[in-house]
Amino acid sequence: MTVSRLSAGDLTLAYDQRVVATGLDVAIPDRSFTVIVGPNACGKSTLLRALARMLKPRTGAVHLDGSVITSLPSKEVARRLGLLPQSSIVPDGITVADLVARGRYPHQRLMRQWSRADEAAVAEAMRSTDVADLADRLVDELSGGQRQRVWLAMALAQETPILLLDEPTTFLDIAHQIEVLDLCADLHEAGRTLVAVLHDLNQACRYATHLVVMKAGEVVAEGEPGAVVTPELVGHVFGLRCEIIEDPQTGTPLIVPEARRRASAPA
Amino acid sequence: MTVRLGPWSVRLAPRALLVCAALALAGCTVAVAAVATGEYTLPVRDVLAALTGDGTPAADLVVSRLRAPRVVTGLLVGAAFGVSGAIFQSLTRNPLGSPDFIGFTAGASTGGILAVVAGGSAMTIAGGALAGCVTTAALVYALAFRGGVAGHRLVLVGIGVNALLLAVNSYLLTRANINDAATAGAWLTGSLSGRGWDHAVPVAVALAVLLPVAAVAARPLRMIEMGDDAARAAGVRVEAVRAAAVAAGVLLSGTATAAAGPVVFVALAAPQVARRLTRSPGVTLGASALVGAVLLTGADLAAQRLLAPTQLPVGVLTAGIGGAYLALLLRKERH
Repeated sequence: MTVSRLSAGDLTLAYDQRVVATGLDVAIPDRSFTVIVGPNACGKSTLLRALARMLKPRTGAVHLDGSVITSLPSKEVARRLGLLPQSSIVPDGITVADLVARGRYPHQRLMRQWSRADEAAVAEAMRSTDVADLADRLVDELSGGQRQRVWLAMALAQETPILLLDEPTTFLDIAHQIEVLDLCADLHEAGRTLVAVLHDLNQACRYATHLVVMKAGEVVAEGEPGAVVTPELVGHVFGLRCEIIEDPQTGTPLIVPEARRRASAPA
Repeated sequence: MTVRLGPWSVRLAPRALLVCAALALAGCTVAVAAVATGEYTLPVRDVLAALTGDGTPAADLVVSRLRAPRVVTGLLVGAAFGVSGAIFQSLTRNPLGSPDFIGFTAGASTGGILAVVAGGSAMTIAGGALAGCVTTAALVYALAFRGGVAGHRLVLVGIGVNALLLAVNSYLLTRANINDAATAGAWLTGSLSGRGWDHAVPVAVALAVLLPVAAVAARPLRMIEMGDDAARAAGVRVEAVRAAAVAAGVLLSGTATAAAGPVVFVALAAPQVARRLTRSPGVTLGASALVGAVLLTGADLAAQRLLAPTQLPVGVLTAGIGGAYLALLLRKERH
């Protein structure tokens, strides 16, 4: 059995009166790159937000290292688990270096605002996301791809062994999507546990070591992409008829949707 | 720039420090000018002598009883408005989120007018203003609350309540007898005229208690400016910080309004001017306090001298000076 520092048991998740999911049980394997996929409004971002303690579950609990996550001091959690939210607001007139430095908040106190460890972590975060050259630039002036790398650098500066990413590739063009995902793969290889919500099933298959497939608030399949993703599953979850071939680059499953014209033609 | 001492380390921005030093100097200059000049001009030497208790009886009366309390009240009220504005603009992520626009000042006015109509003394009016401000803030907060308070909801609800209260205030003034209406009208413009130590002391106490609260909240507030999720992910207890900051901001603008009336525009302009002068991202409490103090005392000095011997209420000039300066800064920014 795999070990999980982060897990959720019997979760009921709801916004106000609207229940999004009930009876969710999820365990994030340590050192995995877990990707949560599913159709729109299936509750995948909601699950991620619950794992990141952004949303209080109606019932059940999220456990981090054996403790109920909401019972731990919030800075303590923030030193173990980081989150890259779907969208954040860039403060007016902030430089890249200053924004990345804000990731150090959970390691700082009123009278310990900038230790040598803070300095080293920020430098390392900027180096690994390749934004060191932009350090003195204003974040407002950057392109979407650069900006997402800066937000990622801020999350990295937090130096958490577990990092959650809520649709990190949204609003990016295809080249920048791959760039961000490659960066995530590097972070995973360096020993971090990553949990991401992704829209693109092919990208999920390519990068995930562990796939969580959701539909209508339930986890319908879980495991290695190669073992989980079948035409039946895609048909059941997304209502899409497809063929699955081997990704010529990585050998992972590649979903090829059936063309409507060909489907109507005699086989 | 980082200052390290053993396990302690503090980050300082050289530009912000310089700006604050310059503002402090400007504040002192304005204060000395306001105390030394007027119908009865005193040399600076005599002013200092009077302040240390060695002055002539005449200088002592003018300086310690008449002018100094007015100037000190102005500095403190300006600082309180500046900090309060900075807190609310940060919370709402919106320059229009200052207490003048989201109903708090209008609520204080309602309290003040009610106290005038009830025939209250100056102290009752001050109490009425503070109560009005706190009540309005509680109302706005409660109406905007939905398992937490989002900044834009606070602004929208606040603007609605503001409009409502302005209507109530107008109605109260039309129903009041002519003397009360005149008294209330004068108070509503905001004025430092005739302010004594008993006006300055409550604001000083409020600042002494609430500035440290605001200073501690400043770092988490800057995190919340990036969004609730980003702040929470970094370990900020968002709702607790927000509640503390709201309380500090409301009490500061409430006591300031109680002392000087609803002086407009200081809370709006001071944080904006401070941010542009220091060029630091996010909320700048110290610089906002100093800009507020300089702006209000400077405006009061101008209000007394510009059309002397006619004295204008300071509220007339804060809008003029602060507005013109902010417009100038914004204009420069476009290039």
